[in-house]
Amino acid sequence: MTKQVQQLDHVIIRFAGDSGDGMQLAGDRFTQETAVFGNDLSTMPNFPAEIRAPAGTLAGVSSFQLHFADHDILTPGDAPDVLIAMNPAALKANIKDLPRGGDLIVNTDEFTKRNLTKVGYDGSPLEDNSLEQYHVYAVPVTSMTVKALEDFDITRKDAERAKNMFALGMISWLYDRPAEGTLSFLKAKFASKPEIMAANVAAFQAGWNYGETTEAFSVRYEVKAAPLTPGTYRNISGNTALAYGLVAASQLAGLPLFLGSYPITPASDILHELAKHKRFGVRTFQAEDEIAAVGAALGASFGGSLAVTATSGPGMLLKAETIGLAVSVELPLIICDIQRAGPSTGMPTKTEQADLLQAMFGRNGESPVPIVAPASPADCFNAAIEAARIAVKYRTPVFLLSDGYLANGSEPWRLPDTAGLPDLSQEFAFAQPADLGENGFEPFRRDPVTLARPWAIPGTPGLEHRIGGIEKADVTGDISYDPDNHDRMVRLRQAKIDGIAADVPPVEVDDPDGNARVLVLGWGSTFGSIGAAVRRARKAGHSVAQAHLRHLNPFPPNLADVLRRYDKVLLPEINLGQLALLLRGRFLVDVISYNQVRGLPFQAAELAGVIEDVIEHV
Amino acid sequence: MSEANGHGQGEGHRLRSLTMVPRAAARSATKDFKSDQEVRWCPGCGDYAILAAFQAFLPELEVPRENIVVISGIGCSSRLPYYVNSYGMHSIHGRAPAIATGLAASRPDLSVWVITGDGDALSIGGNHLIHALRRNVNIKILLFNNRIYGLTKGQYSPTSERGKVTKSTPFGSLDHPFNPASLALGADASFVARTIDSDRRHLTSVLRAAADHQGAAFIEIYQNCPIFNDDAFAPIKEASATDQRLIKLEHGEPVRFAGGTRGLRLGPHGDLEAVEVTAAEGLGKSDAAAEGLGKSDAAADEDTLITHDAHRADPSYAFALSRLDTADFRHTPVGVFRQVEQASYDQLMAEQIDAARSRSGPGDLAALLAGNDTWEVS
Repeated sequence: MTKQVQQLDHVIIRFAGDSGDGMQLAGDRFTQETAVFGNDLSTMPNFPAEIRAPAGTLAGVSSFQLHFADHDILTPGDAPDVLIAMNPAALKANIKDLPRGGDLIVNTDEFTKRNLTKVGYDGSPLEDNSLEQYHVYAVPVTSMTVKALEDFDITRKDAERAKNMFALGMISWLYDRPAEGTLSFLKAKFASKPEIMAANVAAFQAGWNYGETTEAFSVRYEVKAAPLTPGTYRNISGNTALAYGLVAASQLAGLPLFLGSYPITPASDILHELAKHKRFGVRTFQAEDEIAAVGAALGASFGGSLAVTATSGPGMLLKAETIGLAVSVELPLIICDIQRAGPSTGMPTKTEQADLLQAMFGRNGESPVPIVAPASPADCFNAAIEAARIAVKYRTPVFLLSDGYLANGSEPWRLPDTAGLPDLSQEFAFAQPADLGENGFEPFRRDPVTLARPWAIPGTPGLEHRIGGIEKADVTGDISYDPDNHDRMVRLRQAKIDGIAADVPPVEVDDPDGNARVLVLGWGSTFGSIGAAVRRARKAGHSVAQAHLRHLNPFPPNLADVLRRYDKVLLPEINLGQLALLLRGRFLVDVISYNQVRGLPFQAAELAGVIEDVIEHV
Repeated sequence: MSEANGHGQGEGHRLRSLTMVPRAAARSATKDFKSDQEVRWCPGCGDYAILAAFQAFLPELEVPRENIVVISGIGCSSRLPYYVNSYGMHSIHGRAPAIATGLAASRPDLSVWVITGDGDALSIGGNHLIHALRRNVNIKILLFNNRIYGLTKGQYSPTSERGKVTKSTPFGSLDHPFNPASLALGADASFVARTIDSDRRHLTSVLRAAADHQGAAFIEIYQNCPIFNDDAFAPIKEASATDQRLIKLEHGEPVRFAGGTRGLRLGPHGDLEAVEVTAAEGLGKSDAAAEGLGKSDAAADEDTLITHDAHRADPSYAFALSRLDTADFRHTPVGVFRQVEQASYDQLMAEQIDAARSRSGPGDLAALLAGNDTWEVS
C-alpha cells in the first residue's frame, strides 16, 4: 500500500508507559535511529525514583520525550506532538501535556476495567469522547505482539514484554527511521538468549509491518536531516560526556584518573561508565559512603592522580569537610555535583539548579572553590576538561555543576579532533628535587603568577613534607596560629581563586542586531530553554540579547561590563534566585529573577512570554 | 611474633607489605625520620614512646624515606605525622583510613601508615575503619587507645569503661564500650594485634609483623593519657611475668601465662576458658569453678591447652581470644591475634588494570569518544 508522505520540520514524541514497559529503552533506540538518520535532536527521560512502583499506577509512569528536527534545536521541546500511552496511567499522567489536535497512540489492551479503576477513571476514556480533541490511534499493542510471537518458544510474559519493540517498530515506520541499528542492537543485547532475541526482532518487524499495512495510519511523516556542521557525530548523554571528559583530561594531563564515588541518583552513571575504562588506567572506587568517596579521591590526589568524586546534592553535604581540607592543603580535586531537586532527598530523578550556593559557601571558614557549569549534555565533555585544567593548574578543588536534566538528556555530538584538545600537561608540573631552595623544601611557596603551591608527590626524594587542615605558615607550611599569618593565608587562598578570572574566556553575548536593551542571562542546563525562548522572542520581532555563564566562581572578567550594558537583565534559574543573589551582591545589579522549581526544565514558550513581558516594561 | 621475620629483612627477604615498594639504596637511621618540628604532647604522654619506637623501627623497612606516608585523623595521636620526616597528612576527624585507601590504592609503591585514636577510629571514623579492614587495603593502622578524649579535654570515649565519670558524664557514662580487637575481627581484618606503649620491644615486634603483612593491619596500642585518664592500663603495665592478667601470644605455642601456671582451653561453646595447669598429667580448674560461679569443674591436662594459631582462616578463635579482654583486665592477650593471607585491594585493583590492558591494549581516546554508533555529516 502506498501511503501519503507529509513533510514536517520538527516532531516531538513522548513514549509513556509503566516503569516495567521498557519505555526508556524504546526511547533510546528511537533516538539512536533518529541520530543516525541525521536529524538534530534533544531528549528528556522522565522516570520515577522507585525502581518498580506498583504496576499500572500513576507513580509508576515512566516517559521519554524526544524532539527531532531538520534544523538545529536546543531543547527536548515543551509539549509533545505525539503521545504514545502504553496504559491508562500513562495516558492520565501525560494527556494534559498533549496540545489539542495532537496525535495520541494508545495500547487498548491495557485499558481494562481494573487498570482504569487503579488510576481513577470511571469509564474508559477511549469510549466516552473525552479524547475527541486528539487524533486517537487505538492499537491493541499487547495482543498483536503476543499473536506475532505465538510460534516462538517463549513464555507469554516474555512475549508481552516485547510490546515496547512492537511500539518502536510502529513509530519507526511512521517517521521513516532506519531500522538496522535497532536490529543489530537487539542481536547484541540478547546474544546469549537467541529465542528472546528473535522474538524482539519479530515484534519490532510486526510493529513496522502494522504501520505499513494498517489503514489507521493514512500518512507517513518525513523529517529531513538537519544541516549540521560536517563531521562525525554520535548521540551522547550528559553523564557519558562528563565521564569521557574526565578520561580525556586524564590523558591530556598525563595523570592517572581516580574516581571515588558512592552510588547516588542521578550521578551513578558516571561511576558505571568510568568503571569500564580500566584500559585507560582509570581506578574507580565505590566507597562505603560519600565521605570516604571524596576522602579517597583526596588521598589519590596527594599521590599524584587526577582525582574526582561524583555525587548529587545530599552527597555534597557529606563531602563538605573534605572539600574544606582540599582548600586548606591546596590539592587538585574535581567534585561533580549532578544536581537534583532538594532539600534533603527531595526528588532524586528530577532536575534542579539549587546547589549553587552550597557549592559557593557550603563549608566552614573562608573557603573559596571555583565552579564550572556545562550548558548541554555534550558540553559536559568540555566542562569536565575545563574543571580539570583549573584544578591541576591552581591546585584547588573545583566544582562541576551538572544536573539531572543534562545527565540523562542527550543530543548529537560532533566528535572533537583529539589532537585539538587542550594540552593539560602544560598547565602544571610536579615539584622536583631540583626545585629545592636553600631553605629546603617549602610546600607553601607559591607560583608568583597563579599563586599555586608546589604539587610534591610521595616518592619524590628530598621533598618530604607534611600537610594538614591546621593553618599553615605562609611559605614553610609549618603549623601556625599567628594572627597575621592566618589573615595573610585566608587572603592568599582567596586571591588565588579570584585570579583565575584572568585565565577564563570572557562571557560572550549574542546580540545580533545590537539594539537589545534586555539581556537574558543564564547558567548551566537552562542554556537550551533560554536559547529557544530568545529565538521565539526574536521571531516575534523583539531585540533581545543572550549570555550564558560557564564560570560561576570566579566570574569572567567582563561580566560587570556586560551586565551594565543592558537596561534590564533577566535571569531564569531552576531555583529561587541563587545566581541572582550572587550577582546583586557582587555587582549591585538589580537583575530580574525568573524562577521555577518543578523538577523540570523551563518550557521555551513560557520563557519567551516572560522575555516579552520584560521587554515591554523596559 | 613470627620468628621468621623477627630480625629485619636481610638477605633479599622483603617484608610482605613492601613487595611493590622500592628498596632503599642504603639503610637510614632513626634520626632520619625525625622532623624539624617540636613535639608537643603533654609531658609523660604515652605517644612519645610510640613515636620513638615507630621512628626507630622505620629504618627496618629499608624503604626510601620518600616512599613512606603517614596519614592521621584528628586527636592527640593524630599529630604524629608532623614529627616523622616522610610524606604525611594530618587530615580530618575519622577520615584517615578513607584518605589512606585512595592513596594506597593508587600508589602501590608507597608504604602507607595510618595513625589514629579511639575517638578518631571508633567513634567518628568507625565506618571507614571497618571498610578499610574488610577491603584489605595495604595500610597499617595504629590505633592509640587511651580510652578517653584528650584533645577536647577529657570526655569519655567509645572505649571508656561504663560508668566513667568525665566532664560530659558527671553521673557516669552509660555506653557499653567497644573492644577494638573484637571490632576489627568482626570486620574480617586479615591482621589484628594488640600491644602496649611502654613495652618497646613488644611494640616493635608487632610493627614488624604488621609490615610483614600484605593488606590491612590493625594494631591496638594501649596508650596512657597522664592528664585525663592516667594509669588506665596500670594493671597490665604493672603485671609481672607471673601475673595472670597479661597473656603474651606466640604463634605455634600453647597459650600459657601466669608464669606458665595457667593456660587457655576451648570451652564447650567456642569461648576460651582460662584454666589452672597443675601438672603435665594433672587436672586444671577453670576460673569459673575457682570463683564459685557455678560452672562445672573443668579438667584439662597440658595437652588440651589451645595452641595459638594466628593463621587460622576462620576468625572465630581469634575473636574468642579478643573476648578475654575485660574492663578490669582480668586476662588481656597481647601480640598478633590474627594474620591470614589475603590478596590486598590495591594489588587486585592494579591487576584488573593490567588484565584489561593485556586483553585489549591501552585505551584509545578517539575510539572511546566515537563509541559504536556514529554517522557522518558532509
